[in-house]
Amino acid sequence: MILDGKSPQGPIETSWDRHRFNMKLVNPSNKRKYKILVVGTGLAGASAAATMGELGYNVEAFCYQDSPRRAHSIAAQGGINAAKNYPNDGDSIYRLFYDTIKGGDFRAREADVWRLAQVSNHIIDQCVAQGVPFARDYAGYLENRSFGGAQVSRTFYARGQTGQQLLLGAYSALSRQIKAGSVKIFPRCEMLDLVVVDGEAKGITVRNMITGEIRCHAGDAVVLASGGFVNVFYLSTNAMGSSVTAIWRAHKKGAFFANPCYTQIHPTCIPQTGDYQSKLTLMSESLRNDGRCWVPKKKEDIGRTAGQIPEEDRDYYLERKYPSFGNLAPRDIASRAAKEQCDDGRGVGPGGRGVYLDFADSIRRLGEHTIRERYGNLFEMYERITGENGYRVPMRIYPAPHYCMGGLWVDYNCESNVPGLFVLGEANFSVHGANRLGASALMQGLADGYFIIPYTIANYLAGTTPGKVKVDDPEFRKSAENVSKEITRLLSINGKRTVSDFHRSLGKIMWNDVGMARSEQSLKDAIQQIPALREEFWHNLRVPGSGAELNQQLECAWRVADFLEFAELLARDALHRNESCGGHFRVEYQMPDGEARRDDENFCYAAAWEYKGAGSEPELHKEPLVFENVHLAVRSYK
Amino acid sequence: MSEPGNMNLKLHVWRQKGPDAPGRMEILEARNISPDQSFLEMLDQVNEELIIEGKEPIAFDHDCREGICGSCSQVINGVPHGGLEQTTVCQLHMRNFKDGDTIYIEPWRARAFPLIRDLIVDRSALDRIIQAGGYISCHTGGVPDGNTLPVPKEKADYAMDAAECIGCGACVAACPNGSAMLFTGAKVAQLAVLPQGKAEAAIRVCAMTETMREEGFGNCSNHYECQAACPKGISVKFIARLNREYLKALFK
Repeated sequence: MILDGKSPQGPIETSWDRHRFNMKLVNPSNKRKYKILVVGTGLAGASAAATMGELGYNVEAFCYQDSPRRAHSIAAQGGINAAKNYPNDGDSIYRLFYDTIKGGDFRAREADVWRLAQVSNHIIDQCVAQGVPFARDYAGYLENRSFGGAQVSRTFYARGQTGQQLLLGAYSALSRQIKAGSVKIFPRCEMLDLVVVDGEAKGITVRNMITGEIRCHAGDAVVLASGGFVNVFYLSTNAMGSSVTAIWRAHKKGAFFANPCYTQIHPTCIPQTGDYQSKLTLMSESLRNDGRCWVPKKKEDIGRTAGQIPEEDRDYYLERKYPSFGNLAPRDIASRAAKEQCDDGRGVGPGGRGVYLDFADSIRRLGEHTIRERYGNLFEMYERITGENGYRVPMRIYPAPHYCMGGLWVDYNCESNVPGLFVLGEANFSVHGANRLGASALMQGLADGYFIIPYTIANYLAGTTPGKVKVDDPEFRKSAENVSKEITRLLSINGKRTVSDFHRSLGKIMWNDVGMARSEQSLKDAIQQIPALREEFWHNLRVPGSGAELNQQLECAWRVADFLEFAELLARDALHRNESCGGHFRVEYQMPDGEARRDDENFCYAAAWEYKGAGSEPELHKEPLVFENVHLAVRSYK
Repeated sequence: MSEPGNMNLKLHVWRQKGPDAPGRMEILEARNISPDQSFLEMLDQVNEELIIEGKEPIAFDHDCREGICGSCSQVINGVPHGGLEQTTVCQLHMRNFKDGDTIYIEPWRARAFPLIRDLIVDRSALDRIIQAGGYISCHTGGVPDGNTLPVPKEKADYAMDAAECIGCGACVAACPNGSAMLFTGAKVAQLAVLPQGKAEAAIRVCAMTETMREEGFGNCSNHYECQAACPKGISVKFIARLNREYLKALFK
């Protein structure tokens, strides 16, 4: 099937304004008759729930955390982009649009990205009005800083905690609506099924994580804002509870999954120290401005301390391989180069999975004081986790998965192919193409929630009868029964291995074969190994306790069960995409200098996969990408 | 059996099946723990062993494991978050302990935080304090340009110092009165100092203070335990600000 993204026709500059005018509205007095279910309370979910509640809709919001304020958007450090052009350095909506399309390696839909750039300015205004304490200069005006992939300063920030401050802003707006009664909040509730009635999304089934109660909620539309899936790699920078479950279960009910192979690996994370490791911590990429990456030239030197290795025996591999960019090579290249050194047996630290990031030269040149001023908080964080002083010995870093560009397929209205099912933020695939630029994730979450869904959902609701489907519909009973059955099944296997043990095994397959550098052979291997592991999971898993109580092992069990299914789709998507672009790197398709070799002739489309039942291969649908406002070019930052 | 440099520890852990079930300290062994492990990874390892032995693992709240979501909430050896300066439990590493140590692990204890299971408590009372007025009531859209109202840098920095609160509730757990005045004061101060938040300052402080009282939090009697326990170093000066804003509101 050829999918239609329903981009508005005509000049892109006015596309969103014209589209807003053309969409249907819901009369103010009718809005309260409609119930909207929102899953997830991160930037996208909280801003969507708050705004729709304020408009007068009847909203129910769900999160697995104990409070909506804890969603993982909170962990974003760097900042949020907007085309304000406050520094007067040449920024514009067009430039932000262009940078985002190019940064995404020309694999995103033009109209969606234009709209994102257009509403970016409103986001800043909105957050300031809410009391978000952005950095300011001495005159009291908003400060900007630069970020990767752009030649202008357009990133707004609140110290190193921009995600936290923006989320608390959205959370405060949400809290106001909870108080007003327009939003009902269900914390510690996890969505385990999407209920589709007559082809339209009309509800969800959730489990109360304290009592174990399985409960159905009927609504007139469902909005998923459940975040990303890179915990499929087991170790990532995501929160422990981040999972694919909500969107995977929607996928199994008919929603197409787009571009799952576009995953982003961040180069400057603190390496793993042992098998007990539960997550990886990211440090700002800015460290590479003053740090030099190296590993020993000779394998015999592994095991010696950095200080024992003389200058001539050190391999400054980024400077050697990419003389013009050196240590500032783009994220994907820096990540892959680190992996290559370690694969070659020259990695440093526990398990040989790390490279040095050495500040000795910069400290000699600029003094420790300057380095402390620039990166003091990062050195502190590094020392807290590793016990090592980065001023005295080189830091050790290693890449880690931290974001997914892929997600459920949506059209220009953020609506999936299942009518009534809307998907926002990291959970959808829409604007980042094959690679996301820094400070763009926060922008997308809030754009979708504050300024897009409130308009586009009305267009859908206006054509439906409110309250048409009730919770006593047989589809709900069926859904609750299926969820209960699955829980019983997970609890009754009574095998020998724990959930984490299986998750670690899956992570190893994914990281080794479907990670930073993928090949036809490695992907085929993964597609062999994953079903075997899944088979073992369902025969040898041990989950203690019962379903009718707080049971954290059970929660992990269904998330890992879903990862075990989803992982195969990710590998299949990576295998089918015979090109390299953005976060997807196939070793067969690279330029002589190691840059990604894109194939616009054959792969300039979004790949949307349809679920065809357990054990059957998914079916591929394509949405061709048309570029009328930017020229398709080889992505180069040289 | 223990790798060189690794340690064996004796844990006394609070176990309680549910809010109405009796609770008790249970003694557990943590064996072969690496100094590089985080405290929660140590508990993960103990839990793995418990599961294999057919026992119930310890339930505890956690999520981001990088010190920002505010989920983790354990009193370690009598101190919320374990006593390392400005460090959450998830960022506390085992190199701060030594082989043979005995460690006491308990949940947050406060009247306003009913226990759910083991180390997990219900902190939704903090959400309800925010719902009472911890916001600026602006609509989505229809707000002026972000640079319309300049905010002096020192005020913006003061607001940010207050806004760093992660809502973990350690301040309440540390306070002999179970007071939430550091938590509430930080939000009141952040919004009161900004020009955008001035219009509602009086209503806000009254509503939030009233809810704080209704939820069963105690009053501040200047022990400053909250500031010492706060993983973000939120200062008690925000409690003074809360009192000042409250007094100002009473005379309005």
